[in-house]
Amino acid sequence: MKVLVTVKEVAEPDDDFAIEGTDIAASDLEYDLNEWDDYAVEAAVQLAEAGIADEVVAVTIGPERAEETIRMALAKGADRAVRVWDDAFEAGFADVPAKVATFEAVVEAEEPDLVLGGVQAADTGFGATGVALAERIGFEHAAVVNDLEVDADASVAHVHRELEGGVEELTEVDLPAVLTVQTGLNEPRYASLRGIRQAQRKEIDATDLADLGLSADDVESSLTITSMYEPESESDAEIIEGDAGESASCLAEVLREKGVSA
Amino acid sequence: MSDVLVVSEHRRGELRDVSYEAIEAGRELADAQGGDLHVAAVGGDVDRFAEDLNREGVDAVHAVANGEEFDHNVYQSAVGALLEKTDAETVVVPNSVNGLDYAPAVAEAYDLQLVTDAIGFEYDDGLTVTREMYGSKVETTVDVDGDRFLLTVRGGEWAPAEGVGDASVESVDVDHPDSGARVTGFEEVGGGDVDIADADVLVSVGRGIEEEENLELVEELADALGATLSASRPIVDNGWLPKNRQVGQSGKVVTPDVYIAVGISGAVQHVAGMKGSDTIVAINTDPNAPIFDIADYGIVGDLFDVVPELVDEFA
Repeated sequence: MKVLVTVKEVAEPDDDFAIEGTDIAASDLEYDLNEWDDYAVEAAVQLAEAGIADEVVAVTIGPERAEETIRMALAKGADRAVRVWDDAFEAGFADVPAKVATFEAVVEAEEPDLVLGGVQAADTGFGATGVALAERIGFEHAAVVNDLEVDADASVAHVHRELEGGVEELTEVDLPAVLTVQTGLNEPRYASLRGIRQAQRKEIDATDLADLGLSADDVESSLTITSMYEPESESDAEIIEGDAGESASCLAEVLREKGVSA
Repeated sequence: MSDVLVVSEHRRGELRDVSYEAIEAGRELADAQGGDLHVAAVGGDVDRFAEDLNREGVDAVHAVANGEEFDHNVYQSAVGALLEKTDAETVVVPNSVNGLDYAPAVAEAYDLQLVTDAIGFEYDDGLTVTREMYGSKVETTVDVDGDRFLLTVRGGEWAPAEGVGDASVESVDVDHPDSGARVTGFEEVGGGDVDIADADVLVSVGRGIEEEENLELVEELADALGATLSASRPIVDNGWLPKNRQVGQSGKVVTPDVYIAVGISGAVQHVAGMKGSDTIVAINTDPNAPIFDIADYGIVGDLFDVVPELVDEFA
């Protein structure tokens, strides 16, 4: 079976950051592979190592800078990658249908049996692309998967969905399917030196919307960010000042007053 | 003028509180749009649920008796049927694990503009939604172009709807194809030797501890204070502590007398699990960490300096 993994390069603000207009200043952002997608990549690579997946293809929507991120997925074991970018995405904040339209075209070209992606992106935090994509392409789906076993012969995935409050739902999902992966599903590997070397020789297919048979209209967003600001701190915490020894001593006094003792 | 449909959520025979919060958010939006508020109960004991969901401000409750537990295909078909049956053009769903398992598909199938994890909104000719970005470091306002919307609303941001309304209760039959995703059971996780929910004092450790071998430091603190050790999600994801030690939305909800957060930034999912603690103490290097917003006492400092001193105080 063929597995498609959607990955995103996410922006993470530095501890101190400035807001310029409706986004954080570019100089205060670092870019990295989305944490949730790291678990999705690992899940796909493990399926390949178990002989269940014949091919793992990573796909991302991102500018040239994102090649570094997608090469990370290749270094960890994905076979090849597709990177979609277009000037149309520069216009602003891509909404869910824009991403779905793009991934739909990639799915049509790649014909995967299983699509894995993270539950959400750390920066925008929508948590919606995978499930919306499943609806568009007629795949089954399960969101927030933290345990996965694929039975390729029976064409079914046995998953746990991590519900709130320490409860997991056990579900069987018919393939083909889109699964959104929760952190903790596995232990994402570090790319080995050998993996990083091999990744340099793996193919990254850079495409634009026209290559995929799409136009700018297909990815026009209905969402516009109109303001961005730091939330007002509602803190009424009593901040204990002093060096480590002094503050620990003050805190110890507070704790003793509250009845804390060994 | 358009109506609003809120879809409630239940699990194992009980409505979840987020349902009442979504009703409150739905009422706010219906008022702004000058429309009626419809609430759907889908699956399970819908007659009992319908009675409970008939809160003040609800105009109609729709009971869709179909299966016992959550099935995203049933929920999607139910919303589709209710969009046809009523004048609702906006759907409000809790931003829960199950909400995110069907809401995006509903938005896609019925052409609704989707915004997830809303913490506020304004409606004035058009819809503007407030939501966070960059892991709660900023808030944004987002203009939504369109006139049919689907909002998932974050738990804890709206007060639960109260009182008793005078809604009509209507049964709705929904056809849906055999589901390709079948729930076969539930599993409680986090059993085992320790129940952190029983502890009077918790020392809770987060990402700031950096390395597994540093856990010794907070173990010593827990020992010195006669406290139980708990953790935030990354520590459990890394396999450094078992799942039964996890505090937060997907772990345990705890309400100890004293909760000491060590190297925990205070993401919303974590705070949901410990905000009911009597006294909250936070030790963190980042003065802007959201944990200080709910802490009663804070030390802005390096846990590797402060914790050993604190251990000495109780030695």
